[in-house]
Amino acid sequence: MIVARRSALPGFAPALTITLAWVSMIVLLPLASLALRPWELGLVGVWHAVTEPRVLAALRMSFGAAALAAAVNVPFGLLVAWVMVRYPFPGRRLADSLIDMPLALPTAVAGITLTALFSPKGWIGAWLLPLGIKVAYTPLGIVVALIFVGLPFVVRTLQPVVIDLPLEAEEAAATLGATRTQTLRRVVLPALGPALLAGFAAALARGVGEYGSVIFIAGNMPMVSEIAPLLIVIRLEQLDYAGAAALGLVMLLVSFAILLLLNALQRRIGASVR
Amino acid sequence: MRAAVLPAAVRETRTTRLALIWLTLGLLGLFLLLPLVVVFTEALARGFAPVAAALTEPDTVAAIQLTLLVAAVSVPLNTVCGMAAAWCIGRFRFRGRSLLITLIELPFSVSPVISGLVWVLLFGANGWFGPVLDRLGLRIIFAVPGLILATVLVTFPFVARTLIPLMQQQGSAEEEAAITLGAGFWQMFWRITLPNVRWGLLYGVLLCNARAMGEFGAVAVVSGHVRGQTMTMPLQVEALFNDYDWIGAFTIAGLLSLLALLTLAVKAVLEWRIGERTGALL
Repeated sequence: MIVARRSALPGFAPALTITLAWVSMIVLLPLASLALRPWELGLVGVWHAVTEPRVLAALRMSFGAAALAAAVNVPFGLLVAWVMVRYPFPGRRLADSLIDMPLALPTAVAGITLTALFSPKGWIGAWLLPLGIKVAYTPLGIVVALIFVGLPFVVRTLQPVVIDLPLEAEEAAATLGATRTQTLRRVVLPALGPALLAGFAAALARGVGEYGSVIFIAGNMPMVSEIAPLLIVIRLEQLDYAGAAALGLVMLLVSFAILLLLNALQRRIGASVR
Repeated sequence: MRAAVLPAAVRETRTTRLALIWLTLGLLGLFLLLPLVVVFTEALARGFAPVAAALTEPDTVAAIQLTLLVAAVSVPLNTVCGMAAAWCIGRFRFRGRSLLITLIELPFSVSPVISGLVWVLLFGANGWFGPVLDRLGLRIIFAVPGLILATVLVTFPFVARTLIPLMQQQGSAEEEAAITLGAGFWQMFWRITLPNVRWGLLYGVLLCNARAMGEFGAVAVVSGHVRGQTMTMPLQVEALFNDYDWIGAFTIAGLLSLLALLTLAVKAVLEWRIGERTGALL
């Protein structure tokens, strides 16, 4: 039985009742269906449903593109967070607000806009075409879309940590004769390690499940530029509910496993820095 | 922020700083600002007349109305329940508390497509409750209730997540004083709790609403794409874009972008009011 520790405040029981009812209806019941539906296919059926070549290609695409985009966003986000915290410049507040743009902009809008920008006739695509770089309708387009949606996750994870960096350590390094570059490499970067990893994990988690911003620019060629969430949608359209659920469940489990791993790694790095 | 007073020893050279500032602004402009510019230039590619025509197109009008309806139902539901969750998590310690927090934040780490899929698994034609609903003549999937359920799941965490840290930081001394002095729950709620968290609450509701109106993946799965009936604005953007009606697609995208800009502006003002960073929009 859930019992609140003695408190003078009223309203615990009704508030908890509302919360539990809501969480059960909106989160638990739906997730139970995701966990249970795949097994209608039997163990072998589920195995086939998630190891078809097309499924494996889509899973590789989703996780690979998300990891690559998150890896690009780590240095990109570090640069932005560092400049926003350490260098005062006119318009900084405005630029800082702009960082949340990818989170505020509906994903479908981001999707069609990036497609327009990077298509061979688009403002950026037309520049890249003579260089032989095709972005729209290729796997590269998926990575570009995921960099766009993932950037704020890295920046917002890093910013508070950069603000809290102890200046004394940097001053001590400078006093002991380190050059600024040495200080940044040996003192600042290791202290940011756990936060960099946390930002990477947040961007990765978002990228793996991303749908709206990706499907327009991806081209969606089976085996080439098809993401796993799209395959779920396709299976649902074929009324293959169990197959769709199996794929959804695998995506969820793999994401959680990666996040747990990154979490453990983050704690180890954090411990070794301290 | 303290950047202005950094001593020379822990500062990069002026040249480095300027170079990094310009590099950052360049990248942000190219990557974040340019897409926004594209939305409006594409919409206005042939002037204002086609935009006006696109906005009065019946299917588009229906999509705007449906989006407003879905938000009008799901945002208040999530606000009330988010406040209830914030009250028990932010003010009491009990067993299972951290599990409850995890469950509330779970929708953030689930793919939007999965957030739609689960409702189809429950209420679709082949869903657990599909046959029962069919006998009763009720439709949830490929109809408005499904759109609302998918939106509720996706926007579930926003209000609770903004309120919980704020309430914990403020502490419960004022509320305890009110109760000790004989106030009832609602008296305390209206006179103390609500005024204390009002900016944070507004912020959470704002984020919840922005996501509710802009959600794509989850509603795409449950919508069934019946034009004029189950198409919200983001779905209409997709449909028009796939029809090569770029002006129509970017006109609705422009409306949604204005909503996003408004959200960011209010967020900036609220952050200034609350006096500190309230975290990313997530």
